Amino acid sequence: MVPVVHLSNAVAVLGQFPVLAGVNLTVNRGEIVLLQGPNGAGKTSLLRLCAGLLPLARGEAVLLGCDLRTQREAVRSRVGLLGHANGLYADLTVAENVRFWGATVGASKPEVQAALQRMGLAQRLTDVAVSRLSAGQKRRTALACLIARRAELWLLDEPHAGLDASARDELDATLRDAAAAGATIIVASHELERAGALATRVVEVVGGQIRTLDGEAA
Amino acid sequence: MFRIARLIAAKDLRVEMRSRVVTNQVLPFAAIVMVMFAFALNSDAVVSRVAPGLVWLATLFSLLILVQRSFAIENADGATDALRAAGVDPGGIFLGKAMALAAQLAVLEVVLLVSAVVLYSTELRVGGIVLLLVTFVAATVGLALVGTLYGGLAGGVRGRETLLPLLLLPVVAPVLIGATRATESALGTGGATVAEGWPWVGLLGVFVALFSVGGTLAFGPLIEE
Repeated sequence: MVPVVHLSNAVAVLGQFPVLAGVNLTVNRGEIVLLQGPNGAGKTSLLRLCAGLLPLARGEAVLLGCDLRTQREAVRSRVGLLGHANGLYADLTVAENVRFWGATVGASKPEVQAALQRMGLAQRLTDVAVSRLSAGQKRRTALACLIARRAELWLLDEPHAGLDASARDELDATLRDAAAAGATIIVASHELERAGALATRVVEVVGGQIRTLDGEAA
Repeated sequence: MFRIARLIAAKDLRVEMRSRVVTNQVLPFAAIVMVMFAFALNSDAVVSRVAPGLVWLATLFSLLILVQRSFAIENADGATDALRAAGVDPGGIFLGKAMALAAQLAVLEVVLLVSAVVLYSTELRVGGIVLLLVTFVAATVGLALVGTLYGGLAGGVRGRETLLPLLLLPVVAPVLIGATRATESALGTGGATVAEGWPWVGLLGVFVALFSVGGTLAFGPLIEE
């Protein structure tokens, strides 16, 4: 089986500063991988590299069977990144946002409706402006946009931040469902207990490298 | 690319229809600028003579607000990053945002022209209507293209609010000059004839062609930086 993510000695540089210093990581379809590590360890940089937003300086990166160096746009169209921001338009309704992001890949009306349904947004929230939503509802809307965009690899940076307990439970259930449906998910989180229970594998990022359990660089 | 352009333009116009920033803020701002010009010049003869230039100056000032607004809605919740991360064609984003900006500018210019007629006693003449229309279309498209390009350039930079006028105003100087001269010819200001206006429209046409091609190609690398 071809891995969804295959990074081999991947190096990324921000200005003069190496933010990823030789990362080796393989993630298979349907996995939920938790990236843990201290602030500045390189978790967000690793997600941005996988999203094609951070250039690969050295090494090899193959995502969804595409070489990140030569097929970056092909990777981007199949990857969904949800960072600290949701990428939503506050003046548009939930349905309009999901429809817009779905339309960027030519998603049909039933696909958009299915995405809203899966996130529990199809009933009373459809026509509500995003500016009037709670933090949890905005997160769910952003995830519905990823589904409508047919993202195969979900890259989530601190997805639980700002959510209350019930919204976190809902988010976890959503991510488990998505993984069961074939999505591959990489989560960067400080909330080890919660995210650890969700993940099928935990990976430690330290100093821009992946550490194995015995503390050696992978 | 054109499918994405239509999608982006429709989204931007829908956001504008909901937020009503153009109708509630930009249009009143432009009208106030026109009134202030009249106060400052304080002479019917002078105001009437310089009316075409004042209309286009007011358009430029309003353009700065519209461009800031156009990119503020993308940056507010990280949508620019999301568009990049989603691999959305940057040429389509550029053309779509320029189309939406042009539509908003067109509404604004109608209001400014009516203001000029009311406040400055500007007279429209039948023989110059075609030249006036073509001038407004070409200048509007040119301003929208340059505004979008420089809005994208300044959008990811700290201090973008102050940087944008600094970058944009010198670049749109040819549009200001060409549109003003062509409008003067269309209106017959200072005895100008309609025939004198068409070469200026040609200049606007060259400007539009350069920035539509250049902007479509350059916008991707600009928002990547």
